[in-house]
Amino acid sequence: MPEQPQPFDDGRAINHTGAGGGTDLAMDEGESLEKTPGGPEGTGPDRKPRSLWSDAWHDLRRNPIFIISGLIIVFLVIISIWPQLIASGNPLDCDLSKAQEGSQPGHPFGFNGQGCDVYTRTVYGARASVQVGLFATLGVTLLGSVLGGLAGFYGGAWDGFLSRITDVFFAIPVILGGLVLLSVVSNNSVWPVIGFMVLLGWPQLSRIARGSVITVKQNDYVQAARALGASNSRMMLRHITPNALAPVIVVATIALGTYISLEATLSFLGVGLKPPTVSWGIDISSAAAYVRNAPHMLLWPSGALAITVLAFIMLGDAVRDALDPKLR
Amino acid sequence: MAEAILEVRDLHKHYPLTQGIVFKKQVGAVRAVDGVDFDLAAGETLGIVGESGCGKSTVAKMLVNLERPTSGAIRYKGEDISRLSPRALKAVRRNIQMVFQDPYTSLNPRMTVGDIIGEPYEIHPEVAPKGSRRQKVQDLLDVVGLNPEYINRYPHQFSGGQRQRIGIARGLALQPEIIVADEPVSALDVSVQAQVVNLLDNLQTEFSLSYVFIAHDLSIVRHISDRVGVMYLGRIVEIGTDAQIYDHPTHPYTQALLSAVPVPDPEARAHRERIILTGDVPSPANIPSGCRFRTRCWKAQERCTLEVPLLAVPAVFRLTDSPAKHDSACHFAEEKQVVPPEPGADGSDGPDGAGGSGIP
Repeated sequence: MPEQPQPFDDGRAINHTGAGGGTDLAMDEGESLEKTPGGPEGTGPDRKPRSLWSDAWHDLRRNPIFIISGLIIVFLVIISIWPQLIASGNPLDCDLSKAQEGSQPGHPFGFNGQGCDVYTRTVYGARASVQVGLFATLGVTLLGSVLGGLAGFYGGAWDGFLSRITDVFFAIPVILGGLVLLSVVSNNSVWPVIGFMVLLGWPQLSRIARGSVITVKQNDYVQAARALGASNSRMMLRHITPNALAPVIVVATIALGTYISLEATLSFLGVGLKPPTVSWGIDISSAAAYVRNAPHMLLWPSGALAITVLAFIMLGDAVRDALDPKLR
Repeated sequence: MAEAILEVRDLHKHYPLTQGIVFKKQVGAVRAVDGVDFDLAAGETLGIVGESGCGKSTVAKMLVNLERPTSGAIRYKGEDISRLSPRALKAVRRNIQMVFQDPYTSLNPRMTVGDIIGEPYEIHPEVAPKGSRRQKVQDLLDVVGLNPEYINRYPHQFSGGQRQRIGIARGLALQPEIIVADEPVSALDVSVQAQVVNLLDNLQTEFSLSYVFIAHDLSIVRHISDRVGVMYLGRIVEIGTDAQIYDHPTHPYTQALLSAVPVPDPEARAHRERIILTGDVPSPANIPSGCRFRTRCWKAQERCTLEVPLLAVPAVFRLTDSPAKHDSACHFAEEKQVVPPEPGADGSDGPDGAGGSGIP
């Protein structure tokens, strides 16, 4: 064994022949690499370069579809928290004598079959939809990506078992399952609906997460971490999760829109939310019978629903485009 | 030869082939590595060459414990590292590091260069106290010929050659004694290949590293290696110093491989003989009996079907003083000059390493 030199312990006392022919490879100082000239982050002496996430954010800020859908979603979230900001009335304050009447001063959307103000009910109905959409997506994403991610990482018997369970859940028709499962629930809140969506929705996210983790796991940088002696948790948290997350986020965002429309569908069928909860699905359901006499009763809640679902799906599309390096 | 720092004995890696869904029945095995022996001396470079699928990379993965051998031993300073407890293994990993083939997949795109090169210190905090890590990472960047100010950049901001330098810096971080380089330059441009190979060469003298250098490019292996092993179908068929292998090959497979190397001199090219093998490499799930090369060998006789040739000095050379006296697993080993002798060189060393011109 020859004397092992201690190259790094004496600071700069290293003979730098190791640079080889590489000096000509060295990049020009900074400038050529920064894609954005100027900007607050580009001017400091120790400017921080962008990661892929900030690259994606940079793309998104310039994407009109993202801006429009983002604004709609922010607006929806605000009015679902504080509906009284733009609607002064009470959605349950109804006057049967005004049933099915059209637009009039102070009541721009007219009245529904019970004589309630359609505008107020449409504004208040956003809360149920946003609640169901956000919480169902959160639950589905957490459950699905944790189970699917672990299955993808460890493989073997646990993976096989989970994949078969996933197949079983995929085989359950959503509407039929909703009719059967939700009709026995008497609770009037949004939580049984959210629970049902998580129950039937997690396999979709679990498959995405599993596939994504398996793809990332095979990359050499994960092998390199293992060769360094990294623990499983380090590999999962530092190497796999940040790289496997993008497809999960995209699918979750798009799924959010479909959960909102699924809530409306279930409420329309009478097994989702039930009065006196205010929901677009309930209003659409009760207005459907009078569509020939008073189409406005159907138009406003269903229009709001369509715009909301579209906004979330477009947001998911924009995020996917921004995170896909192949499109860059 | 100096004391062996790494001894590989009868190394096997078999991947089972199974049938059935619920009750898996093993119906055979892909014998990716099937009895590999070699020694690596301290400060030496052992080149391993062979065509795709011959098991080179599997050997590399077993050396750094990314794959567990089916049988056989890998002894680092006398200790079998393939059967260690997780804790003991972590300590050994410090001394054996790997440089990967593809610089585009071997660096985590979500981490900065500083985090990538500094990760070894987080996993082995005893190597560097927290306050000194940034300085050490910058020193490493300097050592591999990158600007230390690039510490906050992300991998996608670098070219392939620069990325490979980052991968090498990560491998050096723990001051290992052995670096296993699995085709470290085959994903790079030819001009950049030379720079990276020369960098590895310089680092070896600077830090007294031992290399296991795996490649399929014979010229690069000759340039960097002290000894060369030729692999075919999961086994080393010939091993010797680079002069013995390149100028005095005795195994027909080595001779065929060497005859395929491009010759930069048109006149010499006209006189040389090309050995063109017929047929494909047999499947590693169904290895021929006897000599595994016999199905494509022009010398094959009945003995080759019955008797497995051992990797040892062939009988014809055993008592001679011939320069071709080295281990070769062939019953009918004989010397055959396939690479035209280099003008002005006696074949003791590869092309000189000045700049990038050395590699044809």
